[in-house]
Amino acid sequence: MTLAESLERPATATAAPTAAPRLRVENLRAGFLSRGVRRDVVAGVSFTLAPGECVAIVGESGSGKSVTARSLVGLAGRHAVVDADVLEVHGQDVRAYAAAQWRRVRGRDVGFILQDALVSLDPLRPVGAEIAEPLRLHRWGAPGTRAARVIELLTRVGVPAPHVRAKQRPGQLSGGLRQRALIASAIALDPDIVVADEPTTALDVTVQAQVLAELEAMKERGKSVILISHDLSVVARLADQILVMRGGEVVEQGTAREVLASPSHPYTRALIAAVPGEHTRGRPLSPSSPALPAAFPLAAAGAPPVLEASGLVKRFSGPDGSTTLAVDDVSFTLEAGTTLGIVGESGSGKSTTARLALGLESLDAGVVRLLGEEWSSLPERKRRRLRPRISAVYQDPLSSFDPRWNVERILLDALPRGEFRTATSRRARILELLDLVGLPQEVLGRFPLRLSGGQRQRVAIARALAPRPSVIVLDEAVSALDVTIQAQILDLLVALQRSSGLSYLFISHDLGVISHLSDRVLVMKDGVAVEEGTPDDIFRRPRHPYTRQLIAAIPEFNPSSLTD
Amino acid sequence: MTALRPTSPATPLAVPLAQRPWGLYLALAFVAVLAVAAIAPGLLATADPYALNYGASLQAPSWAHWFGTDESGRDLYSRVVHGTGTSLLIGLGAAGVGIALALVLGGIAALAPRWIAVPVDRFLEVLFAFPALLLALLLIAITGPSAGTAIFAVGLGTAPGYARMVRGQILAAKGSAYVEAATALGHSRGRIVRAHILPNALRPLVAVFALSVGQSIVWASSLSFLGLGVAPPSPEWGAMLDAGRAYVTVAGWLILVPGFVIVAVALAATTLGRHLQAHLEKEEQR
Repeated sequence: MTLAESLERPATATAAPTAAPRLRVENLRAGFLSRGVRRDVVAGVSFTLAPGECVAIVGESGSGKSVTARSLVGLAGRHAVVDADVLEVHGQDVRAYAAAQWRRVRGRDVGFILQDALVSLDPLRPVGAEIAEPLRLHRWGAPGTRAARVIELLTRVGVPAPHVRAKQRPGQLSGGLRQRALIASAIALDPDIVVADEPTTALDVTVQAQVLAELEAMKERGKSVILISHDLSVVARLADQILVMRGGEVVEQGTAREVLASPSHPYTRALIAAVPGEHTRGRPLSPSSPALPAAFPLAAAGAPPVLEASGLVKRFSGPDGSTTLAVDDVSFTLEAGTTLGIVGESGSGKSTTARLALGLESLDAGVVRLLGEEWSSLPERKRRRLRPRISAVYQDPLSSFDPRWNVERILLDALPRGEFRTATSRRARILELLDLVGLPQEVLGRFPLRLSGGQRQRVAIARALAPRPSVIVLDEAVSALDVTIQAQILDLLVALQRSSGLSYLFISHDLGVISHLSDRVLVMKDGVAVEEGTPDDIFRRPRHPYTRQLIAAIPEFNPSSLTD
Repeated sequence: MTALRPTSPATPLAVPLAQRPWGLYLALAFVAVLAVAAIAPGLLATADPYALNYGASLQAPSWAHWFGTDESGRDLYSRVVHGTGTSLLIGLGAAGVGIALALVLGGIAALAPRWIAVPVDRFLEVLFAFPALLLALLLIAITGPSAGTAIFAVGLGTAPGYARMVRGQILAAKGSAYVEAATALGHSRGRIVRAHILPNALRPLVAVFALSVGQSIVWASSLSFLGLGVAPPSPEWGAMLDAGRAYVTVAGWLILVPGFVIVAVALAATTLGRHLQAHLEKEEQR
C-alpha cells in the first residue's frame, strides 16, 4: 500500500464529528525539577482524539514525544511536573489524579504499549501471567475465566499456538512475538485508547508489518490510537492526525494528508525529504547538504573488482557443541567506485559477512580477494600491508573509539605511519580529514562522549578515510541515527564516493537506505544470499519469495506520489 | 597528590563546609604524619624506643608517656612512631610485590598464546582457592620468618586475587570494539597491546592497587602478630600487638594503641583509594 492509497481510507475522525472525543488535551506542559529549577521539555501540546482515530506524534530524539505520551497516562515520572489547561480522558478531568487513580485509568481506559518488549516483560514470568496481570489488578471476570481471556487476546494479536506461548517466558519468544504479547497485555481490558510508544522500533521489517497490521485492526474496531514514532513511513500508514514535535514544541499539526503531502514548516519538510528510498537516489536528502559533486568516472571495464568474495562459509559452534551456519556459500563482487548493499533482517548473517570481508573473522570455506590480491587466506602479519586499503565504520561509533582518547588522538592513530613522518604533515592531513567529513577544527580536543551521534559518526568516517582506503565496509552505520542526521551522513557518504571513487560495502536492515545508496543489492536470509541484482531488479522485480515478502513489508513512503 | 584534589576546580571554597570531603582531608593529613614518622621518626618522638626502664614498666598513658609504657618500661609512643618505617615498608613492599606478581601472571593469562595462558590461568585459580593468609603461612613455613619473607609472603598471598582482576580487565579490553577497530586499521599486535589494551585495562585497577596497600599492611601485621614477621625487639606494629597480648588485662593500651594505628592506616589508604577511584571514574565520563 502506498502512502497515497493509505490516505484514501475513510477518515473516521472527521466523519464522526458528533462523537465525543475520548481524549482531550489542551496546552499540555511537562517539565522536570532539578535542584528546584523547573526545566520544561514539552510545551503546549493540544489535540483531541476521536473514536477510531489515530493521532501520531512524530519527532527525533529529544523532541519530547515520549514524555508527552507518558504524561497522557500519568507515567511521566516522580520528578516530572505535568500540567495542562485541559486533560480529559472520557470527559473526566485527570489533571489532579494521584498515582492510585491513574492506576485505575491505565489498562482499563488507556492501554500503554511500551517500546522494548525484552526489557518491559518480566524475564522470569510466563507471558500468559504477564497478560493476565492487568485482568487480575482490575478484577476482570472470575479467576477461572482469565486464562481463556489470555488465549483469546494472544489469538487476536496474531500469536500462533497461543496455548503454548502463554506458558513460555519472554526469552523463549522472538522479538515480534514479544512485542505482540506486550500489545496483548495493553489491550487486555479492552481500553478504548491505546498509546503506543515506538511500538515497532528495533523490530525487523516483516515483524513491523505484522505489528502495524494489528494496530490497524484495532483502529477498525473503533479503538483510538496515539502513536509515537520517529519513523514517518510507519506514521503515514496509520495516522489521521499528525503532530510534528521538535525541542518540546509542536512545529506542525494537521491531518496526515496535510502534513505529509503539503508540509508548511521547514522542519517537517526536511523530515520528509530525509526519508531515503528509491525515489531519492542521486539527490541530497538533507537541505543543509551541499549539492552532490559529479559522479566519479568509473574504472575501465576489465579492471579487477576492489572486493570479491566467493563461496564464503562461516560456522559458529555453540557452548552445547551445536554448530550454526552463520554464512552459507555467499558470493559477491564489489566494483570500484560503486556501492554494494547487503540487506537482511537480524540473524541473516550480514554482519558476519562484513567481518569476513574485513578479515576480522576466519573463513571455514571460500575466498575473499581485495584489489585482486589474496586476502582471506593470508596470515594476519601479511594481511597488515593490505589493511589500509579496506576500512570500517560501525553502528556504534562510540564503543569503537578508545575512551581515553580525544578526536585528535583517534585520527592521529589512524594515519599510516610511513606516509606522514612530520608533525606538520600529520596535522595537515587531520585538518584535511575533518574538512572532508564536515567537522569544525574545534572537535579535535573533544572526547567522543561529548559529541553528538552525528558528529561521532563523522569522526568514525574520518578515521576510516585516514589510510586512504579503496573500500569502506559500513555495518549499520546510520541505523542508530535520527532521520535528519542519517540524511546528512548518507549525503556525506555519497559525496565522498563521487569525489574520490571510493567503494562501499553497505550493510543495513533498512531497505530505504539500501535502495537510496546501492548500485547492486544482495539480499540475505538465514546466512544465505537469496537474491542479488540492481536495485531495480530487487525492488521492482523481486524473484525470490523472501525478497517479495520483504518489499511488501516496507511501509512505503514516497511523498512525491502524493502530489502527483 | 594534586590529582586527588576533590573539590571542583572553579570555586573550591563555594562547596558548603558540611559537603567537603573531610574524610579525605583527614586521610591526607594522617598520611603526611606517617610520612614524617617513617622518614624522620626523631622529629616526632625524641625518646629512645629501645631504652629499657624496668622501674617504669606497664605505666598507663600520662604526660610523660603519651601512650604509656610496655613491660620493659619502653615508651610506647616512641615505639609506635619508630615502628612506622618498618611497618609501612612491609605493607607497601607487600602490596608492590602482590601487584607486580598480579600484573605478570594476569597479563600472561590474558595475552600469551593458549599453550602457556591456559596453564597459568589454571594455576591462578588453584592459588585463588587458598585464603591469602594460608598461602603466606605456607611460604614462611618453607623459608622461616623475617621481614623480607613477610613482604614476599603477603605479596604472594594477595597476588592471585589481583591477577584474576588484571586478567578480566585485559580480556574485556581485548574484546572491545576499539581494539577491533585498531586491528582493522592494520596496527600490529604489540602496538595495540601498548596503546589500547594495557592502558584501558589497568586504569580502573589503579584504585584497586591503592586499596591493596591498606589490605597488605593488615596482612603483614597479622603475620607479625603470629610471630612470623619482624622479630622483637624491633618496633613493628603487628609484633607490638603480639607482645602486648600477654598484658591485655592489666595494660590494655599495649594492644589498643598499635591496633588503632593499624586500623587508621588501613582506613586512610582505603579512603584515598576510594577517592582516587571516584576521580578516575569522573575522568572517564568526561
